[in-house]
Amino acid sequence: MWAMLIKEFQQLRRDHRTAALLVMQPLMLLIVFGYAASFDVDEIRAVVGGPAAELAAQRLPGEVSVVSTDAAAGRAEIEDAIRNGEAVLGLVAAQPPVALIDGSDLFAARALQRALPSEVRQEILFNPELATPPIMVPGLIGLIMLFVGGIATSLGVVRERESGTLEQLAVMPLRPWDVFFGKLGPYLAIAAFDTVVVVLTGLWLFDVPFNGSVWWFSLGALLFLFTALGLGVLISTVSRTQAQAIQLAILTLVPQVLLSGLIFPLDALATAIRPIAYAMPLTWFVQIARATMLRGSDISALVQPLGMLTLIGTCIVVLAVLRFRRDLMPQRGRAA
Amino acid sequence: MSYGFEHLTVAYGGHVALRDVSLRIPAGAVTALVGGDGAGKTTLLRALAGRVRPTGGRMWPPPLDRVGVLTAGPPGYGDLTVEENLRFVARVRGLERRWARERSEGLLAATRLADARGRLADRLSGGMRRKLGFALATLHAPDVLLLDEPTTGVDPVSRTELWRLMAGAAGSGNTVVFSTTYLDEAERCAQVLALDRGRVLAAGDPDRIIGAVRGLYDSADRGPAQRSWRRGAGWRVWMPDGAPGLAPAEPDLEDAVVIAMLRRSQTTGTSAEVS
Repeated sequence: MWAMLIKEFQQLRRDHRTAALLVMQPLMLLIVFGYAASFDVDEIRAVVGGPAAELAAQRLPGEVSVVSTDAAAGRAEIEDAIRNGEAVLGLVAAQPPVALIDGSDLFAARALQRALPSEVRQEILFNPELATPPIMVPGLIGLIMLFVGGIATSLGVVRERESGTLEQLAVMPLRPWDVFFGKLGPYLAIAAFDTVVVVLTGLWLFDVPFNGSVWWFSLGALLFLFTALGLGVLISTVSRTQAQAIQLAILTLVPQVLLSGLIFPLDALATAIRPIAYAMPLTWFVQIARATMLRGSDISALVQPLGMLTLIGTCIVVLAVLRFRRDLMPQRGRAA
Repeated sequence: MSYGFEHLTVAYGGHVALRDVSLRIPAGAVTALVGGDGAGKTTLLRALAGRVRPTGGRMWPPPLDRVGVLTAGPPGYGDLTVEENLRFVARVRGLERRWARERSEGLLAATRLADARGRLADRLSGGMRRKLGFALATLHAPDVLLLDEPTTGVDPVSRTELWRLMAGAAGSGNTVVFSTTYLDEAERCAQVLALDRGRVLAAGDPDRIIGAVRGLYDSADRGPAQRSWRRGAGWRVWMPDGAPGLAPAEPDLEDAVVIAMLRRSQTTGTSAEVS
């Protein structure tokens, strides 16, 4: 047994990446979980409209923070503001007062149901029963894309390196771009097909509504898919073996699941880790998917998440291509 | 057209893989690179294939589109069939379909892989897989073949076949450069470059290298520890100043390389690993 113990430690010492992962992973999971695992929304954004808007705004419970009051705004304007994600609560200060609540933000909506005074008539928009599937399914589509795109791609590329075929490709008349996109094409097609199947299954099996534009959703999905594949290639360029690639893929997946707003509401995250959440592609895809499928938001609400996804995706893909190129370009001898 | 390099040095960080190596590679002939692990054979082939940029020296490498390369490790994709592998390379090289089909058929026949055309490359024996590698490397009818240990770990029959393929390629005008750990293979080549830890041990026509050996004897007993090595049931002893009473031996390339190593160890003071 002693011999086995020593051998195992020697191997672990050589395999820096696995050893680092074994130490880092639990620590990271603890920190992320500790800060993210909260369903309590402390701050709920609200817009207030109607002749008595100012007065009504003052009477709202403490956790509600009013982002705008407009005496001239009617129900239609307030509903638009919620549809476009500006607020979770819209109060129409009329007689009787009506609270329009964004049903796509499950935890905030539930908190509001409890907190609002009884004389206020409540109307839940987009998800009247406050059911879970309509909220989870759009985000889960993203998670599935990340799984299929990220893990499958990274494994596919690492396999080329492990089996020595990447070296064989390097001596053939192929440009790094040819290899990169030729390698990614089939995964992109499979993941795109998967996405369509998952969306249709979600709509049919879980009665998830699709209230918005299919085109904007598709654009978001395609951008996200590219990002996921880029992430897969990036993972593969820093992994020597398929096992390492899987470990690293999981390490990038877990924080995205926890911090993207898929399970825990973004508004419930500790302020310190919100920037991390906003740097993750899944965060923006969840917003696009919920906005298009549930709320039927128009383009004004999608500009920011689409823009951010494009920015993050471009960074990841460019980084992946640059690192991937190194494998295929001639090795430069350095002076001893 | 001949290729080659002069005073070639390749270093990776602090490690010098090749130091001051010069060679002119004759066209239409087979050149063997021999040496043990870490001798620099693969680095040299990679430099010729444009995969490594030298740190120093001059090179006249062959034009990359006229080169066929067999890298170390199992060639081709294991989860593609023999035929699919050939078709993949034909597409990558942009070969005309009909021409590529005829060429593939010719190579399948020459490598005796015609019956295994539908078999996954992973299911081929080691020798068959290396022959597939040869076919993939020569599919576009290159002028220069760079083969990294094509015969290592291969059964004797396949080894003979691979040798026949290489000699055949050279016979039809190709320049072949291959690395090997087998000195009997190297002995049959037009030119040999023996490397040891990145430096040239011996270079040139193998007959000349062998012919230059002096002071080699056969002995039933082991001679001085640093100057004798086993050969069959007896010993070879190298005594440059003569050894009265011992029968002169008929040297081969192995003896010549061992003596070159001994000579170097004497001048540099390092220990040569012969036994």
